[in-house]
Amino acid sequence: MSTTPLLKVKNLKKHFPIRKGMFGKTVGHVKAVDDVSFFVNEGETLGIVGESGCGKSTTGRVLMRLLEPTEGEIEFDGKALTSLSLEEMRKTRRDIQMVFQDPYASLNPRHTIGKILEEPLIVHGISDSKERKKKVNEFLEIVGLNAYHAKRYPHQFSGGQRQRIGIARALMTNPKLIIADEPVSALDVSIQAQVLNLMQDLQKEFNLTYIFIAHDLGVVRHISDRVAVMYLGKMVEVADSEQLYEKPLHPYTQALLSAVPVPDPDFQKEQIIIEGDIPNPADPPTGCTFHTRCPFKMDICTKVTPQLTEQSTGHSVACHLYESQVDNDIKQLEGSL
Amino acid sequence: MNKRKRILEVNDLQTTFFTDSGEIPAVDHINFHLRDGEILGIVGESGCGKSVTSLSVMGLVPSPPGKIVGGEILYNDQDLTRLSEKEMRQIRGNDIAMIFQEPMTSLNPLFTIGNQMVEAILLHEKDWSKKKAQERAVEMLKLVGLPRADALLKDYPHQLSGGMRQRVMIAMALVCNPRILIADEPTTALDVTIQAQILKLMKDLNVRLGTAILLITHDLGVVAESCERVVVMYAGQIIEEAPTKLIFEDPQHPYTKGLIQSVPDMRYKKDRLYSIPGNVPKPGSITSGCRFAARCEFAFERCWKENPELYETADVHQTRCFLYDEGRVKPDVHNAFIES
Repeated sequence: MSTTPLLKVKNLKKHFPIRKGMFGKTVGHVKAVDDVSFFVNEGETLGIVGESGCGKSTTGRVLMRLLEPTEGEIEFDGKALTSLSLEEMRKTRRDIQMVFQDPYASLNPRHTIGKILEEPLIVHGISDSKERKKKVNEFLEIVGLNAYHAKRYPHQFSGGQRQRIGIARALMTNPKLIIADEPVSALDVSIQAQVLNLMQDLQKEFNLTYIFIAHDLGVVRHISDRVAVMYLGKMVEVADSEQLYEKPLHPYTQALLSAVPVPDPDFQKEQIIIEGDIPNPADPPTGCTFHTRCPFKMDICTKVTPQLTEQSTGHSVACHLYESQVDNDIKQLEGSL
Repeated sequence: MNKRKRILEVNDLQTTFFTDSGEIPAVDHINFHLRDGEILGIVGESGCGKSVTSLSVMGLVPSPPGKIVGGEILYNDQDLTRLSEKEMRQIRGNDIAMIFQEPMTSLNPLFTIGNQMVEAILLHEKDWSKKKAQERAVEMLKLVGLPRADALLKDYPHQLSGGMRQRVMIAMALVCNPRILIADEPTTALDVTIQAQILKLMKDLNVRLGTAILLITHDLGVVAESCERVVVMYAGQIIEEAPTKLIFEDPQHPYTKGLIQSVPDMRYKKDRLYSIPGNVPKPGSITSGCRFAARCEFAFERCWKENPELYETADVHQTRCFLYDEGRVKPDVHNAFIES
């Protein structure tokens, strides 16, 4: 694994206008993604976790420019994606592919698997017809299906097999980055393990970089090298997977981790049950968006938005609890000088 | 713990769906019981028959195409499968209540919460005044931990979040103090932090009100955290039954073992997940032999020919696998042991 960032995202924002009335006057914005910055190194897997409505899927879509970002920069493989024309962007998508959650909805029911898999090659004008057919068969086998499956239609496959087809389609153009949006959450546990193993094998074989978006913290730990936690459009904590799960810093991450049911009846854990629901993203709380549910709320939290700051190498958190600590340290240091 | 009375007994239940493409035995000769005040988990993957089991108990199997073709469901010395629709309606809500996965589709979007709750209460308590019913509704909403219960009565379902809706559903289900609550994937549609709240609420109510809960889920974590005893289903059959602790410490059926191993554990990182090869069979597609044989790494000749029965492997542990054919304990001996 190299440490050159393949993807760098700076201050990314995606705001959706809320329109009301006959003339569609904009009365406010849903800040689905609000000032998010991160990077993904080549060959690694970045997991993005969060609950529904936290903006993790929107982030994925904005990276592909399937949704136009409101603000911010996306740098992929040295190219500034945000300044590309639509046509240039279309060509770049050869290198960034997506795998979707619902393997039932993301495959055209009227096309054979062969046609579905060939499509990306045609769109990007890769090789001739014979070559393409060969490639389709090759990739079907790579994802654990058979060449004869190319003649079948999506409804003839089970959920797990369809997800394999979805993955094969994403691989057809030899992409560098794959954005997988909840790729296993619609699958049964025994099938989920198969697909996760397949994704890990493919990563090694093709040196792929993954952005793995999911809500299941167990799955994310299993597959990710680094993990980012999102809450209401903001990233609240980013760290190495090991670090994040062993030493979570943000109160939200701590609560989230403690809320996951562990498949071991003997496991004694300290459960932090946070009260209340996720606030309305159209009208987020002021200051730190988590302060309405945070057990460690301070005065400053209701007023000032905490910034994502690095606490130790590679471990960043956006929380005033840690900022003040740093400030105090500095003050103490200054006092002693 | 085994002294408690069995309040629900399902004996040899068969529920079959008669479709154009043939008869599908969704639930195939299953036996289990629920004790007073217990939380029993039924766990399995999609299509294993766990939901059809719960619908059969409630008498809600969509008919046609579904029909209970055999067996009995004993509650209070009466066989629920033989009751008329009118008699069944007396049982539902009063004695056995149910909550579903998707709280939005189980609430009517056109009526307020208060309206729907009062309707449910008055259906069962015919001589109550509307005011009394309303007071009861508020009391129930408070019981499930909903803030500003009075104001909530005037809200419509869409104004509530998923977690609040599920709380309303629980309040509504418990309004007549049922002895059994059937919860079919009650937290699957919810976020983890909300799931933790709802599971805690259900456990609290189980202790405080003594309501027995039949918890149907696919999530082994939820089972480990909430249930006393677990029934594992596969392709319409019960393949293993044991107290929760035993299921996780000493899983016996190769399917249960595989299932437990294939869940990524949040506490540590495994290099590679164990995965059960193949797919869940379509209901009704396997007619001879053990239904798991095609995916089982231990399968031998006998597995392809006969369907194993549930073998008693310990006092309270049953497994449907030929590997445990030896050292078998006679069922009546086992029952005598428990009752004494």
